[in-house]
Amino acid sequence: MLAALTPIVGLFAFLSEEGGHEVHAGDGGALAEWAWLIVVVPMVITFLIVFFGKHSPWKGWGMATFGMAFVAVYGAILAWKNLTEGILYEGAIEVGRIGDFTIEWGWVVDGLSIMMYFLVGVVGFLVFVYANGYMRGDVRYTWFFASFSLFAGGMLVLVSAPNLIQLIVGWELVGVSSYLLIAHYWEDFDNVDAGNKAFMTNKVADAALFIGVIIMAVSVGSFQFSEIFERIGSIDGFARIGFWAGLALFIGAMGKSAQFPFHVWLPDAMAGPTPVSALMHAATMVTAGIYLVARLFPFYQMPEIQADASVYITIIGAITLFFMGLLALVQDDIKKVLAYSTVSQLGYMMAAMGVGAYTAGLFHLFTHAFFKSLLFLGAGSVIHAVHSNNMSDMGGLRKYMPATFWTFMIGTAALVGLFPFAGFWSKDEIIAAAYHSASSDPTASAWFMVVLSIAGAFVTAFYMARLVSLTFFGKYKGAASPHESPKVMTLPLMGLAFFAAFAGLLNMPGLTQVFTDWVTVRAFPIIEHHATSPSWGLLAIVTPVVLGALAVGFFIFRPKDTQAERDEFRIPVLYPLLEHKYYIDDFYMDGIIRPTMGPIADGTLWIDQNIVDAVPNLTGGAAMHVAEAVNTVDQKAVDGVFNEVSAATGAAGGILRKAFTGRVQQYAAMSFAGVVIIAALFMIF
Amino acid sequence: MEWFDSGWGLSLIVFLPLVGALILAAIPRANEAGIKWVALITALVTFALAIVVAVRFDYGAAAELQFGTDLTWIEAISARYHIGVDGISLPLVVLSGFITVLVVIYSWNHWPEPHNPKLLMALTMILATGMTGTFVALDLILFFVFFEVVLLPMYFMIGIWGDTTKRIVPVVNWEIELRLYASIKFFLFTLFGSAFMLLGFLALYFKSGDAGANTFDILALSELGRAGVFTGSFAFWVFAAMFLGFAVKVPMWPLHTWLPDAHTAAPTIGSVILAAILLKLGTYGFIRILIPILPDEARNWAWFIGVLAVIGIIYGALACLAQNDVKRLIAYSSVGHMGFVMLGIATMSEIGINAAIIGMVAHGIITGLLFFVAGSMAHRYHTRDMNRLGGQMILMPKMGVVLGFAAMASLGLPSLAGFWGEFMSLLASFNPLAGLSIGLFRTFMVIGAVGTVLTAGYMLWMLRSVNFGEPPAEWLDHDLHDIDKYEWMAWAPLVVMTIAIGIYPKIVFGATNDAVVNLVAKAFGG
Repeated sequence: MLAALTPIVGLFAFLSEEGGHEVHAGDGGALAEWAWLIVVVPMVITFLIVFFGKHSPWKGWGMATFGMAFVAVYGAILAWKNLTEGILYEGAIEVGRIGDFTIEWGWVVDGLSIMMYFLVGVVGFLVFVYANGYMRGDVRYTWFFASFSLFAGGMLVLVSAPNLIQLIVGWELVGVSSYLLIAHYWEDFDNVDAGNKAFMTNKVADAALFIGVIIMAVSVGSFQFSEIFERIGSIDGFARIGFWAGLALFIGAMGKSAQFPFHVWLPDAMAGPTPVSALMHAATMVTAGIYLVARLFPFYQMPEIQADASVYITIIGAITLFFMGLLALVQDDIKKVLAYSTVSQLGYMMAAMGVGAYTAGLFHLFTHAFFKSLLFLGAGSVIHAVHSNNMSDMGGLRKYMPATFWTFMIGTAALVGLFPFAGFWSKDEIIAAAYHSASSDPTASAWFMVVLSIAGAFVTAFYMARLVSLTFFGKYKGAASPHESPKVMTLPLMGLAFFAAFAGLLNMPGLTQVFTDWVTVRAFPIIEHHATSPSWGLLAIVTPVVLGALAVGFFIFRPKDTQAERDEFRIPVLYPLLEHKYYIDDFYMDGIIRPTMGPIADGTLWIDQNIVDAVPNLTGGAAMHVAEAVNTVDQKAVDGVFNEVSAATGAAGGILRKAFTGRVQQYAAMSFAGVVIIAALFMIF
Repeated sequence: MEWFDSGWGLSLIVFLPLVGALILAAIPRANEAGIKWVALITALVTFALAIVVAVRFDYGAAAELQFGTDLTWIEAISARYHIGVDGISLPLVVLSGFITVLVVIYSWNHWPEPHNPKLLMALTMILATGMTGTFVALDLILFFVFFEVVLLPMYFMIGIWGDTTKRIVPVVNWEIELRLYASIKFFLFTLFGSAFMLLGFLALYFKSGDAGANTFDILALSELGRAGVFTGSFAFWVFAAMFLGFAVKVPMWPLHTWLPDAHTAAPTIGSVILAAILLKLGTYGFIRILIPILPDEARNWAWFIGVLAVIGIIYGALACLAQNDVKRLIAYSSVGHMGFVMLGIATMSEIGINAAIIGMVAHGIITGLLFFVAGSMAHRYHTRDMNRLGGQMILMPKMGVVLGFAAMASLGLPSLAGFWGEFMSLLASFNPLAGLSIGLFRTFMVIGAVGTVLTAGYMLWMLRSVNFGEPPAEWLDHDLHDIDKYEWMAWAPLVVMTIAIGIYPKIVFGATNDAVVNLVAKAFGG
């Protein structure tokens, strides 16, 4: 087995210049060849923390943060090199063969993956630094950083994957570590249930992902993305196979990226510590679904696939961005407002992919990662100060915690899309792309998206105005005495605020296209519409809508200091509907989970014991009666033999005798007799 | 090493444990240290020899039978002592040796009541002989003998050291000790199945006379099978008889009901051996005997095997969701996992059978670990009732972590061993052997995928009840010690192998792939 145990490390690089990027011809050299360290370092660190964390200088925090810093720096260097000369590299080692399939672990270094390395590294690093302050004194401090490191490491396994198998591995590692992190305070069953909900919702979508991967891989004969893109267009029955594979993979993406109707787990995931939320809602986990669609974009944009895929992706994204945004309006928990906001923003990204706006969707993913983690960490800072998640316990905090307040304002401006903050550029690009798609190819789904994306911008501004008013303005309503958070928490806020303010400048229509140049360095061509000038007409609509929503929201909620006053602003029918989250969670619970775990499971067990098992039990019972009636004498004889055996083997034999009063021998004899008769018949005929 | 490669090596692996059992018989009962050391050394040497076989194995010729010998045994019926390993049996031989060592280590200070190390270790050694013997046998009579050898020791293990709580048997309303009920049920089910299996073997023997000489040789019979000697209703009935024998052992729905009782009642090491190795005797029979000897019939039965497999997957998972007994839950989970293995076999394809073998190995390692942990928990809490347990992460954090790890592995988490069998058998179902109904098998794939969701459901449910929450008051002043050093020594290798196979599946595929490709090509044509 030595031959098998010795890792056969075969490096194969592939280089494709078909992408129409003559500028981007470099293969990255040693930098790309060693990029596997980006994945391996955090994973190794996870193990080190598990085994040695408690006795290490910073009890695990130091190692975990070092890992993220390493990823951030490596990612930044790769990003720079990619922008200057372009990197297209893929390495892999073979870890097994099954049939004609090769199973490999590898690492892709191209525009898309570099963007994710950079994002996970930078956001991860800042969040880890912040967690040092936030988690101080936590009961499971070291364990937290082990899980956290695994979480980021799993995401890196996912985004570095050159094949679908590795993607699944990363995908589920992210899932399981999120379960650990969400259920971090597992003494309380509410948190455990939130972790289970996240795991199970994702698992349902993962079943579809498995099927999608299987359809794709078996049809093409390979798990590798590059081979899939090369060959899938020419296989028999491509349109039909492609449709099902595309749909199944998209359902998988919906689970991780919390798209309607799989969004239910994300708001509950708030049960975890705030730094977890910050990372989960920004750079890792929820971006996985968007990433998957982006990674498969060359497939989804094939004409035969695109015709259907663009419709369902756009519609799901648009529904998610608008209707889940509405839910943020009625939450009292500050983190839940932000959570529904994340769901809504993910809808924007997904819909962008649907209308073919690859860069715009990824750009929003990029900017959103910074401002949403900023907002979550800001919320965490507030929660840290007032010891409550509820906005009814907050108010007027701008005076107590200025650093948190101002950074939070920058995050808010970026989220609602105020000029010139990051979200303005990315969201505008999505709306413009949707508009372009709708006007060049007027389909219902594209117009649906245009209308809902503008309405969604209004909703976003409105709930953020409400959140800011209730948290930072008015009178303080809580019990604890609020205070500004320590430096270790506010510095990361400032770091993220920097990106939230300026990241948008990377891609200003007509002025810069750094981000476009960055993420379109792919081995396979990306065909998409890319705006070359600002769309003034749309800006003239969207910006007033946003400002109006901010003003109305501020006007309504700014003076409402008591719950009773806020309750006045409740729209009949709509409010109850939102309060019950459209009854979707209730439907899952009462319509699927409870019946499965209750009557269906109990019924199966009942059938097992009373019907399936009835045959042997009844046969056995009958045999016992027959045996007792006919063979009492024989039984005594056998008993006698047993007594002999007992004497020989001592105490155990005594138990033997008690346990087996000779019946087994009779059963055996009878079974054999039966078989012999059947055998005889069998032989004769 | 000529002697080693020409049959002696494998024979030592098979019979050394039996020699160990004889030595144990000679040691006085009071000399516990001697008993332990003899058992451990026997197990270690046997395992070391298995490793030597694995190292010396020619992976380039994994499809060939190696280390074998073929000697006259019972001339009258031309039964021969024909043994050998190829890539299919090698992982299972190594697994058997591996599990035996761990079971002995675990037993070091975990003796079930009534206290009788001598008998328990002797039975374990006999089991080891039976298990490895079955995996190396290439003669049907030899196979049958080894297959039956495991029956009695396991029967005694359950009957003597099993759970003594009274249980009312549904339908017939007897009140009976669980160990008694479970051991008799185990014995009779298996005997019932193997009687039919023997019948099938005999039928093959007599029929082979038509084509020349009567033979029990598996390779010779495979040749005849390929040549089309066994056809028509003869083949159908022979397949049915052998199917019954193997299906009981796997166990396949609806012949599985002995399993939850046997696993629940058995002492910890009994459950571990049962789950880790004994169930594989059945699936191994499908791959080694049924498919090669009766390939056409196997193709005809594939849809039926597939149906039973997916019923097992869903049914086992649903039964798990209704469980409050930790061991019974793990036992039912075996029904589901073996369903995935059988689904892989049902596809009759290269990928499916590879998936089945890695699924068998992974299930052995992971469910073995789960039963170890469940046994140690029951030993400490004196209950297996999930409604009474809780907060284990506070009471025994290390135990909680290992249980959590094993549960995650069991639900098929990618990067751990269990993933490959599950995922690859679904993959194989998408494209089964040519000629099988694609629509039907793709339906199986979807049902199997639903099964993975349900599996996650009950595993998380079990973790929630056992590991999480505040500990119930009754355990707070209980003296619960966390994992001890013998437990670590027995469990750590399982944890390591779960991860190792998960990230480097070549450990198994490296041996199996060529052999399986060859098997499928021979049975079903290029």
